[in-house]
Order: sequence, then structure tokens, then C-alpha cells
Amino acid sequence: MFVHALKIDDSKCIGCMRCMKACPTEAIRISEGTASIQEHRCIDCGRCHEVCPVKAIYINQDDFQMVHEFPHSVALIPAVFLGQFPEDVRVSRIYDALIDLGFRHVFEVESAAGIFAEAKEHYARENEDVRPLISSFCPAIVRLIQIKYPSLVENILPIKAPLDLSAMYCLEELMSRGIPREEIGLFYVTPCAAKIAAVKAPIGEKRSIIDGVINMDVLFNRTYRKIKEQGKKYVSKQSRTINLSSDAILSTLTNGERRICLAKKSYSIDGLQNVMDFLDKLENDEVEDVEFLELRACDQSCAGALLSYENRFLCGARMYARARKAAERERNGEVPREREMDKWKDYLLENSRVEPPQPRSMFVLDKDRAKAFEKMERINKLKARLPQIDCGLCGAPTCESFAGDVVINRIGLSRCIFYQRHLERKDDITRQECIAAMNAVWGKDDRMKDDID
Amino acid sequence: MHQEYTVIEGDFVNAGKASSSVKKTLKQLNVDPAKVKRVVVALYEAEVNAIAHAYGGKVLVDIDSDKIHMVVADKGPGIPDIALAMQEGYSTARPEVRDMGFGAGMGLPNMQKNVDKLNVTSEVGVGTTVEMEVNF
Ligand SMILES: Nc1ncnc2c1ncn2[C@@H]1O[C@H](COP(=O)(O)OP(=O)(O)O)[C@@H](O)[C@H]1O
Ligand code: SF4
Ligand code: SF4
Ligand SMILES: [Mg+2]
Repeated sequence: MFVHALKIDDSKCIGCMRCMKACPTEAIRISEGTASIQEHRCIDCGRCHEVCPVKAIYINQDDFQMVHEFPHSVALIPAVFLGQFPEDVRVSRIYDALIDLGFRHVFEVESAAGIFAEAKEHYARENEDVRPLISSFCPAIVRLIQIKYPSLVENILPIKAPLDLSAMYCLEELMSRGIPREEIGLFYVTPCAAKIAAVKAPIGEKRSIIDGVINMDVLFNRTYRKIKEQGKKYVSKQSRTINLSSDAILSTLTNGERRICLAKKSYSIDGLQNVMDFLDKLENDEVEDVEFLELRACDQSCAGALLSYENRFLCGARMYARARKAAERERNGEVPREREMDKWKDYLLENSRVEPPQPRSMFVLDKDRAKAFEKMERINKLKARLPQIDCGLCGAPTCESFAGDVVINRIGLSRCIFYQRHLERKDDITRQECIAAMNAVWGKDDRMKDDID
Repeated sequence: MHQEYTVIEGDFVNAGKASSSVKKTLKQLNVDPAKVKRVVVALYEAEVNAIAHAYGGKVLVDIDSDKIHMVVADKGPGIPDIALAMQEGYSTARPEVRDMGFGAGMGLPNMQKNVDKLNVTSEVGVGTTVEMEVNF
């Protein structure tokens, strides 16, 4: 039901609590000495991955060897992939290297940015009573709204993201050339965990047509190494420039969708905390007249993606530089190759809708309100007695979340070290019970290397 | 379940504290999001009025499994003509309050629209009490 790309490697995790404290949806707990992610709360934003000091959090990807299994393997690359390379690396060389690595075709995902924008405008016109409309571009945001802002799910545009539109295009185009479906392998090069989760468990669709996912940092390494190997004197096999228009290149950066949308009043907000602050206000009806929202989980949008090797500002600046060059070519009358997609535009627009995402609230204590009410009273009572210092030693991020865990998941209250002291004072707990409670959170290894004199 | 909050005169920064906290509670209780929104909008308006037109006051909230009961009671100048105050667009907000984006005269009408029961009582020179109820 909940497919996530972020996983924790127990053998590496040192139980330092950094991820638990960083998680914006309080999805992480520590037990038996290591962290674990509660699947129903995780939105795959990747904040935990960023803060882990021992790289215990990893992103599940498919085996690169799969690429060789399809005679027509397609690399669907995001524009930020190009932002990883220094500006003096020509796009044609990047394509060449990808082909050398085993892909038969290379296609930029954002080629569909224009069609994505058009599909959104169609929906906006047909649904004038739904405002603001929230972009479906960032899957971490869609999941955030599902679990934390259920009243806003109907504002999410039920439109396929550029990735899915591009994948559909590649499939139709290749099949129209007589290539059978089983020979075509669509590989998405992902900049983030959220996109992987979206591909593996698409919201509002039965299953994705993508055959495999490759992490962007891994592919960047391989590609850049290839380019270095080929050396300075290498002559490109193809004289291709970037396929994308300048609008498409910029579409994944902050303001990228907003700058080309038709709404009178719109906002672009990046960074998960900023987005949550804004949605809190929006949910209370404190934001007036806004028609369109471009919300992105990452600071600097996809330039700040988890699997971006380059610094987010440098990556963004490089993309701006490439966009400027593309704009210049467009001014000189050159038509960006992405326009080849227009051949399938009607088909893509017709198939651009998905089933509206459903609320999946993580807050609800119980579906039965009377029971929820009873649980809440117990949680509140318990919470008021805890020390409210959010020390995390119980294995939960806050005293409040611990109170919830005790009531809902029947976690032992004696995991709170203050409560334990309290019981000891009253002689209500044996030493054995204390040790058992401690082990439940921190594992059997007691983390003391030696006696302290 | 009983909750209490204090609102302070002129403290617009903290307007919405009570309604935000109530919102969180209602979400946990699996109350229909549309009803949560109605509660939040109405309570927010009442909070703002106690901050803008009076000298602060108290918010008392009682939630049980089928309804929420809210009282916003302030010490303040009171409302001389409640029927007039309830009219859309009627406002005595001072210019500095309007400059902050409040004072469109839609607060009381909005409360009326969003709650199932509204009762405003007021004594000039003493204060105003707004009592509201929303059934889940
Ligand atoms: N708590 C209060 N104390 C004193 N006067 C109030 C109070 N609440 C409302 N009023 C009066 O009623 C008028 C209308 O209130 P409302 O509909 O909320 O509009 P607004 O706050 O925009 O003026 C206010 O301008 C004020 O004169
Ligand atoms: S950040 Fe989380 S996963 Fe990484 S070591 Fe610390 S507790 Fe373990
Ligand atoms: S902003 Fe971009 S990189 Fe970040 S989670 Fe959203 S889609 Fe992924
Ligand atoms: Mg008002």
C-alpha cells in the first residue's frame, strides 16, 4: 500500500536520533538501537537522508544492468541532471556518454513541460470553482497534503507530472516506429526519493509505465567518468544541442511553473517548512484570491534535490545559463526538439488526467469519533505529566508523540527515563524492568565502552 | 475536553493561536474537514475581534464527540447595537487596524454563516461574549 524509496540500513545506523528530530511528519522512531520509518507517515521528502552522519539511510534503486536487457532502453533524464555538469561540458557529449553506457535513446523529462502547463490550464478552465489549484509536480508535496492537509486534497491538480507524460510519449513514439513494447525499457533517472515512490506507487493510477529507476547521483558519476575517459579530443558523434526550450529547463526550478501560468495571483514556495507554514494559513482561509500554487519540497526546488551532487545554487545557476543559451537559439528561429512531441499532443492531453488523490490523514486517532475522543483525552492527560523537554530518549521525537505512541501503539510508558526514575523512587519497578525498557529503545549494547572512574 | 486560551489587546501576531490549536485537535478526532474549516474560520474571526475591538479576553473551548462549543469573552467597550454590527460591511475599525488588513466588516457575518449556533451578548463599557457551536 505505501511504497517508499527511503530505507534504513540497520547495520550502519548508530541510533543518533538526528533523522528522528529532522522528520517533518514525525515518522521516525528509535527502537532496539536503530531508527525505523513509520510507513503511513513518510512522504519521501528525504530530510532524514540529508542529516544522517553515517549514510545509513539509502534510496532503493533498480539494478543498472537492467538497462542492457532492453534493445530499446530509454534514459528519461531530468533537466537538473544537466545542471550537474560544468557549463563547458557540451550537451552532445553528455548524450554520447549515456549512449556509451548502454542507453539506446536519451530523452529529457521536461520536454513535456509545455504540455503539462496546457493540461493544467484546461483543468483550471473547466473547474473554475476550485481555487487555488496546487501543482502536482512535486510528489512529496502531494503526499504531504494527503496526510497532513486532507481538506486541501481537492485543490491538487489531478494531472500527470511531466515525467509520466514524457514516458507516455516515448512509448507511443517508439511503438509507432514498429518497436514492440517488450523491447522498450523506460528508465527514469531520479533526482529524489519522492519521484521514485511516485513511480513505484503512482497516486491516482494503477501502475506506472516506467520499467526502472536509476539514481541521479550514480548516473552522474558514471557519465562524468565516461566523459573524462574520452578526453578533450573526443569528437561528438552527434551535433545535438539541448532538446529543451528555455521554459522547459527552468520549469523544475522555483518559479518555473509559476512564470508561465495564466493565474492572476500565484505563489511559488520551496522548502518543506515554508510550504507547511503556508498551507497552515491556506487551510484556515487566511490567504485570499490565490489561484495557483507551485509548491516544492526542496529548497531551490529540484536544484536542491537529494541526489543532486552539485550545490543547489551552483546547479541552479548552471541551469539558468543553459536556459539563456536555449532562449537565444529560440530567438534566432531555432525550434527546440522537444516540439517533436507535439505530434502526440492531443493524445497526451487526453490522457493527462489521473484519479484525484485521496486524503490519507495520519492525524486521525480512530475512525470512530467517540473512540478517537477517548484516546485523545488519555493522550492529553499523559502529555501533561511528561516533562515536555522532547529529549528523545524514549525513542520518539517529542513528549507529545510519545504520549500518542503509548496510547495508540501500547508502547511501555517506562521508556520515558523520567517516568522510570519516578517509579524507582517509589520502588515500583525492578532493576530488571528498567534494563528491559532501556534495551527496548537502545538495544542490548549499552553504549558505555568502559566503566567511568 | 476543555481548552482555554488568552488573547491580548492589539496582539495581532498571535491571532489564530486558539483556532490553529483547535484545528489540530479536530483533525485528530476525524471531524469532517469542511466542518473543521468552519470552526476555524469562525473562531479566528472572534479572536481577531477581541484583539482589535476590545482589550483582549479569553477563549474557552469545549469539545465532545458530537459538537464543539466555543466562547470568546472579552473586557472591552461592548457593542451598542448588535443587529447593526451583524450587518455585512459594517465596521468601526480604526484606520491602523484597517491598514493591517482587518476591518472589512465581515467578521460577525462570517461567524453567523459558519456556525450552527451563534449568540452574541454585550454590555457597553463592560465587554462582549460571543458563544458559538458547531455540530459534527
Ligand atoms: N468584541 C467586540 N468588542 C467591541 N466591538 C465589537 C466586537 N466585535 C465586533 N465589534 C463591533 O462590530 C463591528 C463589526 O464586527 P465585524 O463584523 O467583525 O467586522 P470588523 O471586525 O471587520 O469591523 C466592529 O467594527 C465593531 O464595531
Ligand atoms: S540519522 Fe537516523 S538513520 Fe542515521 S544514524 Fe542517526 S538514527 Fe540512524
Ligand atoms: S522539489 Fe523536486 S527534487 Fe525536491 S522532492 Fe520535489 S520533485 Fe523531488
Ligand atoms: Mg472582525
